[in-house]
Amino acid sequence: MSLPATRRNVLIVVAGLTLLLMLATLAALAFGSVHLSLEEVLSGLNGSDAASRAVIIVRELRLPRVLLAGLVGAALAVSGTVLQALLRNPLADPYVLGISSGAALGEITALWLGGLWAAAAPLMAFGGAMATMTWVYLLGRRRGRLASYTLLLAGVITASFLSAVILFVLTLLSTRDVRGTAFWLMGDLSVVTNARVGILAPAILAAIVGLYALAKHLNVLLLGDSEAAHLGVPVAGVETAVFVLASLLTGLAVSVSGAIGYLGLLVPHVGRMLVGSDHRLLLPTAALGGASVLILSDTLARTVVAPLELPVGAVTAVAGAPVFIYLLRRTGP
Amino acid sequence: MSIRTIRAKYATRPAPVQAACACLRVDTVVYRYPHFELGPATFEARPGELVALVGPNGSGKTTLLEVASGHLKPSQGFVSLDGDDLHRLPPATRARRVGLARQDTPLLFPFTVREFIRHGRHPHLRGRLFEASEDEEWVQWALEQASLTRLAGRRVTEISGGEFQRAVLARTLAQRPRLLLLDEPTANLDIRYQIEILALLRRLSATEGLIVVLVTHELNLAGEMADRILLLEDGRVVRQGPPEEVMRADELSRVFNTRVAVDRNPSSGRPRITWVTSAPDAAGLRRSQQG
Repeated sequence: MSLPATRRNVLIVVAGLTLLLMLATLAALAFGSVHLSLEEVLSGLNGSDAASRAVIIVRELRLPRVLLAGLVGAALAVSGTVLQALLRNPLADPYVLGISSGAALGEITALWLGGLWAAAAPLMAFGGAMATMTWVYLLGRRRGRLASYTLLLAGVITASFLSAVILFVLTLLSTRDVRGTAFWLMGDLSVVTNARVGILAPAILAAIVGLYALAKHLNVLLLGDSEAAHLGVPVAGVETAVFVLASLLTGLAVSVSGAIGYLGLLVPHVGRMLVGSDHRLLLPTAALGGASVLILSDTLARTVVAPLELPVGAVTAVAGAPVFIYLLRRTGP
Repeated sequence: MSIRTIRAKYATRPAPVQAACACLRVDTVVYRYPHFELGPATFEARPGELVALVGPNGSGKTTLLEVASGHLKPSQGFVSLDGDDLHRLPPATRARRVGLARQDTPLLFPFTVREFIRHGRHPHLRGRLFEASEDEEWVQWALEQASLTRLAGRRVTEISGGEFQRAVLARTLAQRPRLLLLDEPTANLDIRYQIEILALLRRLSATEGLIVVLVTHELNLAGEMADRILLLEDGRVVRQGPPEEVMRADELSRVFNTRVAVDRNPSSGRPRITWVTSAPDAAGLRRSQQG
């Protein structure tokens, strides 16, 4: 299905998906190792008695985690969407340019160094992501522009190289650290503080809004570089801005929650099946859809084998693949 | 409607030449590739005129078109449209004035035909994020001009090569440019659409004051429809003028390195090229070379 991107349609889509997000949030707050009823959830959100069970569970334990899941889900889905446009490749995901490998290397190095470094692990991860972004950008430039295939190659090669380095560092870590790291590499939303959410929220939202401002240029970029230039798009500037913002979103997400897979690849495709390829509709769909999907996945990860937790990346992959296959057979590309 | 009546209906007088003309002026441009040099080339094209660039493969026709579009910057000379240097204009402004329908438009994402054509309105969006009703009207107009209304909802990946070529033309028309440049616009079209598209271009050129320059391999279509023809060889313009002047058997045979004969289209009187294939009929050849 392909909706024309009018202001009205965008509002309809946003309203509908926001409703879905609200429902997902309520479900996530209700379910867990302790099940709460809807009244308890609402009283937990609004309640003033800080010692009540509902308030503690909802406001202090679950809400920050749900907010984090929403932010990370939106960030990864939007990043995947614009990278698929930038690289003109429907198989691109947020990690194809090596950003997540850089973040993982930063985090693992922090753990290996221990002490104060280990405490600043998310910062080290983000630093690793940004360093990788700069490196891939310089490597992927051709005649002052980011040609999609050289960028893709630069990213893939960098990711491979960094993975090798990560494996090397892993052998130097103790066994306990290795297990924790392996879990992190598959995605872990359990380490969440209000500070993290407070820093992440404005950064992720600002980056998504920035990309939305470029949405109409992204549409034309899909026609081909030369066509876009003939239609007046400042191609080099748009490509650089998209690359930087997408890397920022991926870096922020991966620094706090590890490499949650499948989301950045799957959500854009489902979004395209539902609303078409126009980014003015697709970006809000990806953001709200990605947030809802990760919130629900994390809820499943917490409850399916409670009190144990599954890595949320495993849930997104296992739950996502059949849904994707079903939609593919029903609607077609 | 025969070609003759179409031409008679829309024939216009060329505007008088002025210092800063209301026209496209390509002035002594030179463009250098590593192994090929185009130019110096000079020509003018006026509103109401259809100018055809013809020549063998590799003679520089597409390069000249891209230089005239403002996209390729020549190492010498300049290109001006209505007095403005095209290479000095910001890309977005230029995109509102110059439309280029290229031959090798890539087909990457499955847009619908209407969405594909809507991209042509991009230069007119300026600060806006969404198209206005005026934009949608122009998209509809472009669909009608290119006879694509029936296919508006179909995906571009599901239409024929010729239909896609008309969609590319429609997208360029939706830009509402002043200068319309086309690279082989009739390459994949059947004869009905070839004539229809060229008639469309002539009509738009006359009624909307468009300046139309097209590259084509169809010498007979150029001879029939163009007001002026530029004949290129090895990067140089060897002759330019009305079809009667340019389409001469001896010169065309030399430039294209094959034997051709030129006679007249019996219904329009315009020059018409035919191949010389078997043992030549000497009398027939002599007649055509005089005609």
